[in-house]
Amino acid sequence: MTALLQFTPEELTAIRLSLRVAFWAMLCSLPVGVATALLLARGRFWGKSLLNAIVHLPLVMPPVVTGYLLLLMFGRRGPLGRLFAESFGIVFAFRWTGAALACAVMGFPLMVRSMRLSIEAVDRRLEDAAATLGADAFWVFVTITLPLILPGIVAGMILSFARALGEFGATITFVSNIPGETQTLPTAIYTLIQVPGGDLAAFRLTLVSIALSLAALLASEVLIERATRRVHGL
Amino acid sequence: MLEVAVAHHFGSFVLDAAFDSAGGLTALFGRSGAGKTSLINAIAGLLRPERGRIVVDGEVLTDTECGICVPARRRRIGYVFQEGRLFPHLSVRQNLLYGRWFAPQGGRAGEVEQIVELLGIGALLQRRPALLSGGEKQRVAIGRALLARPRLLVMDEPLASLDEARKTEILPYIERLRDEAGVPIVYVSHQVAEVARLATTMVVLTEGRVAAVGPTASIMGRIDLFPLTGRAEAGALLATHVAGHDPAFGLTVLRAAAGELRVPHLDLAVGAALRVRIRARDVMIALKPPEGLSALNVLPGTVVEIGRSDGPIVEIRLDCGGEALIARLTRRSVETLGLAPGRPVYAVIKSIAFDHHAIAGAAPPSPGADAETREG
Repeated sequence: MTALLQFTPEELTAIRLSLRVAFWAMLCSLPVGVATALLLARGRFWGKSLLNAIVHLPLVMPPVVTGYLLLLMFGRRGPLGRLFAESFGIVFAFRWTGAALACAVMGFPLMVRSMRLSIEAVDRRLEDAAATLGADAFWVFVTITLPLILPGIVAGMILSFARALGEFGATITFVSNIPGETQTLPTAIYTLIQVPGGDLAAFRLTLVSIALSLAALLASEVLIERATRRVHGL
Repeated sequence: MLEVAVAHHFGSFVLDAAFDSAGGLTALFGRSGAGKTSLINAIAGLLRPERGRIVVDGEVLTDTECGICVPARRRRIGYVFQEGRLFPHLSVRQNLLYGRWFAPQGGRAGEVEQIVELLGIGALLQRRPALLSGGEKQRVAIGRALLARPRLLVMDEPLASLDEARKTEILPYIERLRDEAGVPIVYVSHQVAEVARLATTMVVLTEGRVAAVGPTASIMGRIDLFPLTGRAEAGALLATHVAGHDPAFGLTVLRAAAGELRVPHLDLAVGAALRVRIRARDVMIALKPPEGLSALNVLPGTVVEIGRSDGPIVEIRLDCGGEALIARLTRRSVETLGLAPGRPVYAVIKSIAFDHHAIAGAAPPSPGADAETREG
């Protein structure tokens, strides 16, 4: 029983890395997610269905395809990969940042979907009311729209985070499975299953994975309920 | 001070309305779908009309010919919506102060306290809108609009979603607003009783057009408008003041230009002004001063106009000491009595016809006078 709780340093690294990757994936996709959700919920422009389809693509495509596309675009020789490396000094290939990018892309549809639904549920007449009280578009958004869609934003963030914890296919395709750099929980479990005598360690990490996912989901329930109550003043 | 001309298409519905108002409370009266809300949306800047010109206090807010359309946020027109539209995520206090944030500086000290007191919402400040009753919500909505320091207040059927008790709760506050706050009001309604009680000027809208504009009493007294103003509730408005009380019988005597009226006791000081609506259906006509009659109110007058009708019912308009009074009779009675313009007659009104729908406390004698009991 105690063996179940004795983590090796490698395992702890994998857990920490997983959390870091998921956190950054969630945080960096947040502004883009809100903007995209606003565009899809409120915008009226040519090609909206196309944008919607592209946003949802990672949800239906095989993860290995997404990972391969990321490799082509953000790899060392990929056009975007070179741009980021030269302009911002950010390298994705075979780094944990690449794992975060892969997770962000995979979680993006879930994030946008949840936010879009909450934006569409906002009573736009409240925004009219704010305008008659003198608020311009920016302040209407900050003081009325944003607080009202907060539960949807929180839900989107948690979904993205939880999805990132479980991401496997795109990550391993894009940044491989390097211990200490790109080896997250799922890829670590996968590796342990492959080696003889790794069963116990694999099981240990599986339990961790279950616990983390469960905690994320429970936290989202609490946060969403609290935010909803705050919004409706109950 | 308010000049409105708006033309706009909504599918097959055409709104083409124009009216002017000198201030006070201007009622836009008409059935549902007459275009009332669209008209005030254009005034508030929430609707950009195809053609139109809107001037408030000398400032042009909309003029499609010159390409002017000031955005809603810069119009300084307070809007009280039918459903209140309070911000659910903010407390009552935050709702009230929302517009002040954006309003020009330089408000009077104690303005907030004064409006909170005027509307009687002091006890609600920390609450969230979800926990307010319908009447409380509307009072907060009125306060929120007022605290943005508007130069004009527009109200879209603010009482429509409320029951009778809540209406009687709010009406006095709107009267105080009209008489004390000094902000002109455009008030949308399809309730004759509300308009009769509140409006200084009345605009009758029908199918997107203005059928009549004028002082409320003269519009209410126009027989030709009854199909639009609603025949069942039709009646004349009299400006009266309290002449005295008759405590022995629990009556109050009101004095109008037309004569004296005895009505069930009103808790008002002698000299207080109030508006009385006398519904046409409550008025009987006699050729001689009646004797042995239970009705207490008999006003002498002259027949001025007899409405045209092929049905059994006819409205006639009387001149009683310079004020108009409307009576609804059967066509048969009109013929039997030989009524014709110029004929002197006596109008008979039962005192109990003066229920709370018919009597409105106008300017209250003192701010402390309790609104509910004034209803009688």
